[in-house]
Amino acid sequence: MREHYDVLVVGAGPAGLAAAQAAASRGARVGLLDAQPRAGGQVWRHDVRLPAPRAARRAIDKLQGVEVLVRHSVVAAEPTALRVETPQDSRLLSFGALVLATGARELLLPFPGWTLPGVTGAGGLQALAKQGWPVAGKRVVIAGSGPLLLAAADTLRKHGAQVLGIFEQASADAVRSFAWQLRQWPARAWQAAGLRLRLAGVPYRFGSFVREAVGDDAVRGVEIETPRGVQHVECDLLAAGYGLVPNTELASLLGCALDDADTHPRVQVDSLLRTSVANVHAAGESCGIGGLAVARIEGAMAGLMAIGDTAAASAWMPQRDRERRFDALLARHFTLDPRLRTLADDQTPVCRCEDVRLGALAGFGDARAAKLATRCGMGACQGRICGAALAELGRFPRGAARPPVFPARLATLAGLATLPSDAYRGS
Amino acid sequence: MNGTAATFDLIVVGAGIVGASCADAASAEGMRVAIVEPGPIGGGATAAAMGHLVAMDDDPAELALAHYSLRLWEAFVDLKEAEFSRCGTLWVARNDNELAAAGQRIARLGAAGIDARLVDAAALYELEPELVPGLAGGMLVPREAVVYPPRVANHLVQRAQSRGARLYAGRRAQSLQRGGVLLDDGTRLSGPVLVATGCALPALLPMLPMRARKGHLVITDRYPGLIRHQLLELGYADSAHGDADSSVAFNVQPRPTGQILIGSSREFHANDAGVSPSMVQRMLERSFTFVPRLRELQALRIWTGFRPTTPDGRPYLGAVPGAVDQWVAAGHEGLGVTTAPGSAKLMLDLIQGRRAAIDPAPYSPQRMAA
Amino acid sequence: MSAVVRLVVNGHPVEVPAGASVAAAVAQVTLRFRRSVDGAPRAPLCGMGVCFECRVQVDGVAHVRACMTPASEGMQVVADA
Repeated sequence: MREHYDVLVVGAGPAGLAAAQAAASRGARVGLLDAQPRAGGQVWRHDVRLPAPRAARRAIDKLQGVEVLVRHSVVAAEPTALRVETPQDSRLLSFGALVLATGARELLLPFPGWTLPGVTGAGGLQALAKQGWPVAGKRVVIAGSGPLLLAAADTLRKHGAQVLGIFEQASADAVRSFAWQLRQWPARAWQAAGLRLRLAGVPYRFGSFVREAVGDDAVRGVEIETPRGVQHVECDLLAAGYGLVPNTELASLLGCALDDADTHPRVQVDSLLRTSVANVHAAGESCGIGGLAVARIEGAMAGLMAIGDTAAASAWMPQRDRERRFDALLARHFTLDPRLRTLADDQTPVCRCEDVRLGALAGFGDARAAKLATRCGMGACQGRICGAALAELGRFPRGAARPPVFPARLATLAGLATLPSDAYRGS
Repeated sequence: MNGTAATFDLIVVGAGIVGASCADAASAEGMRVAIVEPGPIGGGATAAAMGHLVAMDDDPAELALAHYSLRLWEAFVDLKEAEFSRCGTLWVARNDNELAAAGQRIARLGAAGIDARLVDAAALYELEPELVPGLAGGMLVPREAVVYPPRVANHLVQRAQSRGARLYAGRRAQSLQRGGVLLDDGTRLSGPVLVATGCALPALLPMLPMRARKGHLVITDRYPGLIRHQLLELGYADSAHGDADSSVAFNVQPRPTGQILIGSSREFHANDAGVSPSMVQRMLERSFTFVPRLRELQALRIWTGFRPTTPDGRPYLGAVPGAVDQWVAAGHEGLGVTTAPGSAKLMLDLIQGRRAAIDPAPYSPQRMAA
Repeated sequence: MSAVVRLVVNGHPVEVPAGASVAAAVAQVTLRFRRSVDGAPRAPLCGMGVCFECRVQVDGVAHVRACMTPASEGMQVVADA
């Protein structure tokens, strides 16, 4: 069974939604895929209790002429088709053009106690709370780095959590300077000011990070390194995230060139969002961490490029360039404190899937040798968590993606042969 | 770099399971050993292998080497790194013809000293409830086991190093020279050379024919207890030892982790390491016909590897024809993990001029010079 | 659509708001979602389907990501199976 779409968009966050809408507005048959049960991505994730922001409602509810394919997980890729798995079966979706809007995931770094239940990412706990995770009345410590910490705190408070504090690893000077520079982007500055106002009663500490989570079968407290010494805080939940990492696995599988100038690779695109592979475009966080505004612009551009409207896409270029300048501001002001790379000790599990401790990786110079000897990165997450962490720790970069790009049923893999040609890219 | 060459009693080129075993055995005898490996230890066929310790009985010479090696593997039972799991091998018969043929195999294995038993249909389902209904029975080889090959290779290299062996990691042997070997960084090592480079053998010893036979494996998430024995179809040898351009056979293994490893496929003339969807499909469909439950299990990874295959299916173990102080141990096809310890013992006996525990003649590389 | 969904987690009846995830339902009963290779208790980390720490058994199917799966009426969930 093979279905054809003029344009397939992978990822139904702000970039993917904008791409799908732009492509469909000219009559193309457009499919919008997402592994999650609803469109919206991470920033516009559906909240079981709270109404969605107006922009999200407009983007999601007003989608015209787009087939939204939720709970569709991409398993394998070809130059002209994707094999996707649904909870029931698998489908082969061929495309004329592809837009990768695969977004980003949180950078989660190992420290003693980070595997305890109740320790999550910052965006992680925000996402869980939006899906109904019980946080009301819970004492929550938020830690890590970047503006996402504030957004997470806001969501958690609206769900009734008692946020004990936000511990930002960047220095007070860096955060102040960031806030000052933010005035170049009035919408972002306005949004940040609103957040700070709503979080007025919540301690926001700088130059501080969680060095250890303690507890027996779940987290009971945290040791926080602050400029004024170590502070112990009792808590029920710790939400710690150190920024975002582009999701590049599908792009890698398709053979798209990645830009690996930084610690974490991003999808390489030209000024019109074309990847190195013909008819494959990329937009949003997968091309570099820049936030919501740039994702929406790039999504629209990539959608237009996917239907061949270069002129309309080009019109967005100045605005896109302006928004992309925010990337550098973000990266510069929230540079990670080198001490964060030394928190994990030899006994700290780094690969959570296979329980490989950091000490077991001593002496290995590349990911494959370490993997063969220790199974580090061989588990269900396929190295998404430990791979990014080990790259950040300066150990070794992750290897290239191979099919299946996410774990899949054996029956799905057995259906792969209906792909048009008999070889995967990038494997 | 071209100063005095370092001198060794044996220079082992290649640190797959076979080279690592040879280096380990040589260092245990007090020899000064060098190991040359351009990639990760056990990073070639060793890493791709299933790690099933199994005796195949269709070639008496292979059976002798396997039996010899299986006894040597007993020294690894308690070694943590080996992840030795004595799950036994259960060969599955689809019909009475296959079951009758199993009787002959049991006799051959028994004559070689390997315990194998006939299993009727009722007993078969007691051993493996997930097998598809309607099978005739099978053959159980209870003492066989599985190991985790790359870690074993790593352990063997480390053990050799602890006895003084020197590892030239990240270095490739560029050429064999009179009295030694030249590495790609210009380093010259002098001493007798043992080439154990598997599929890469022709780069150093082009007179010994070697073909790469590609295989695919799929591993699942953890399903402890779902499969209890290494399962193979009795028709497996037709695939393994036939010469078809491509073939698949039912070959499923319970890892000690609870994961299930699913094979197997064989392809000549497939030189790129990419996953072939059609081979994966054939291989998985084959496995579904024996264990239908597999369909719904979560697969984590697919990978490929290349088996070093000689024209007659037997490894080259012995002196390089027409050369002095050059030895070869390569070409074990799908049995390199099983027969590595025996191969290493045999090689050391030959190198030291001792009488070997098994007849070395069938493996002599001289057969290709004839 | 009813405003709440009723399901069973480790034998306990649980109610969650419509649209909530299986993870939210499990968290009402236990934070022990799965056991690691070494036997340590584990619970969701990323909340968005990439870390696989939230795997539970749903209606007899093992290794289902609780954070990616909407809770539905009558669902039988087993955590730390």
